[in-house]
Amino acid sequence: MRRLRFSVAGGLLAAVACGMAGAAEIAPQDRRSGADFMSAESRAMQAEDAANPGMLWVLDGERLWQAPAGAAAKSCADCHGAAQTSMRGVATRYPAFDARANRPVDLAGRINLCRTGQQNATALALDGQDLLALTAYVAHPSRGLPVTPEADARLVPFRENGRRLFERRMGQLDLACASCHDDNWRGRLGGSPITQGQPNGYPLYRLEWQALGSLQRRMRNCMVGVRAEPYELGAPEYIDLELYLMSRAAGLPLETPAVRP
Amino acid sequence: MTASPADTSSSLASVLAAGLAIFAAPPLYAQEAPLAYAVAGDAIERPLAGQAGDAARGAALMGDRHKSLCVLCHSGPFGPVQLQGTLAPDLTGIGDRLSPGQIRLRIVDMKALQPESLMPAYYRIADAPRVAAAWREKPLLTAGEIEDLVAYLSTLKE
Ligand code: HEC
Ligand code: HEC
Repeated sequence: MRRLRFSVAGGLLAAVACGMAGAAEIAPQDRRSGADFMSAESRAMQAEDAANPGMLWVLDGERLWQAPAGAAAKSCADCHGAAQTSMRGVATRYPAFDARANRPVDLAGRINLCRTGQQNATALALDGQDLLALTAYVAHPSRGLPVTPEADARLVPFRENGRRLFERRMGQLDLACASCHDDNWRGRLGGSPITQGQPNGYPLYRLEWQALGSLQRRMRNCMVGVRAEPYELGAPEYIDLELYLMSRAAGLPLETPAVRP
Repeated sequence: MTASPADTSSSLASVLAAGLAIFAAPPLYAQEAPLAYAVAGDAIERPLAGQAGDAARGAALMGDRHKSLCVLCHSGPFGPVQLQGTLAPDLTGIGDRLSPGQIRLRIVDMKALQPESLMPAYYRIADAPRVAAAWREKPLLTAGEIEDLVAYLSTLKE
């Protein structure tokens, strides 16, 4: 009996060690949304618009979409019409390359480019309520569509940098994103499912936040968790990480606004 | 002008709701710089602080999710199993399988034995990039705390 337990423990240790050394990417057929790891109650909350608190931000986003803004006194709707049709599928292929910045922008950054470049208005604060609401509203028509990263060759070096950041150990706990989300996604950390760290539901309503939050806020939480200094909000590292995360999520359905514990 | 949330709170509710926020508790007091120690084979035979630890204090520290972090990854005969991790070996009977010196080296620096291990080296100044300011230049646990854990884990026999 004692011998048996010993070999079980030894096997586990070897498995953990191998998992780390392999740092294997998740095979396409094994990709799982964070929703798959949730309780039935949380999944129902996400699925029912009337129960999903994230829909309050989507409603607010609709108001902002219609409201004229800036020196041009134009609304988003004046140029883009009905978001249900004009924005359908857009969120599934962001971050996308912006020729002027000569680097990728995320969906929130793209909206701010229209604020400043088309409406002659001030940029909305990153992670502020208005930008979260507009981003959720613009992403919502893509709900259920598969994540479809752009094939744009100009994105490749940024996506590669995202992968490098994902696989690099950091912080006092000396862990990489990949240590948890590639090598141990089936496991539990102090009782909570680790999941694959998929980006397909953002912005999303997190019960722990009691609010809608961005992917950058979620990545920041994980960095603080390993006792690392998080990147500044809006930092290029987050955009590169998001590019890599979206390529790793290809095919998963967009869920904005998702619900997570 | 950014409404960036601090996200460093760690109320009990958030600990239960989110595996991760629990790592974020700030250190309660400054920790000493690591003392030198001698590795013999796969063990550190002599107590780090020169004296043996206290098993009762070690048991309390084992269950402290913010400080020792052990139960985030390990399971064992301590605390409710549904709040324990599944990322590392179960520690039931570890006192039968390993000597106190072997347990000591595994807590001090598991990576000396397995470079790719998930387990942080608890008695080493982290050299990974971007260590947050509050945790720089100090090991995860003090010599005395590690001795308390060694004393406690050595009592786990079947
Ligand atoms: C004056 C017209 C105008 C206004 C007002 C405007 N946009 Fe745009 N928007 C454009 C144009 C033109 C593009 C195409 C990209 C470019 O040339 O900048 C675009 C592109 C976009 C895209 C990217 C679409 C894609 O397929 O990648 C998004 C998202 C977007 N706008 C959202 C908004 C939002 C949200 C608002 C309101 C805050 C807004 N826009 C206001 C003209 C406008
Ligand atoms: C110690 C393990 C660990 C590390 C390291 C880690 N995470 Fe996480 N991550 C988690 C856990 C656990 C959750 C789920 C928390 C919850 O919601 O209960 C999570 C959630 C996420 C999510 C949200 C997934 C969803 O379904 O909404 C993303 C995205 C994410 N992590 C990205 C990252 C990135 C990027 C890094 C590296 C900077 C990282 N994580 C590092 C453990 C980790």
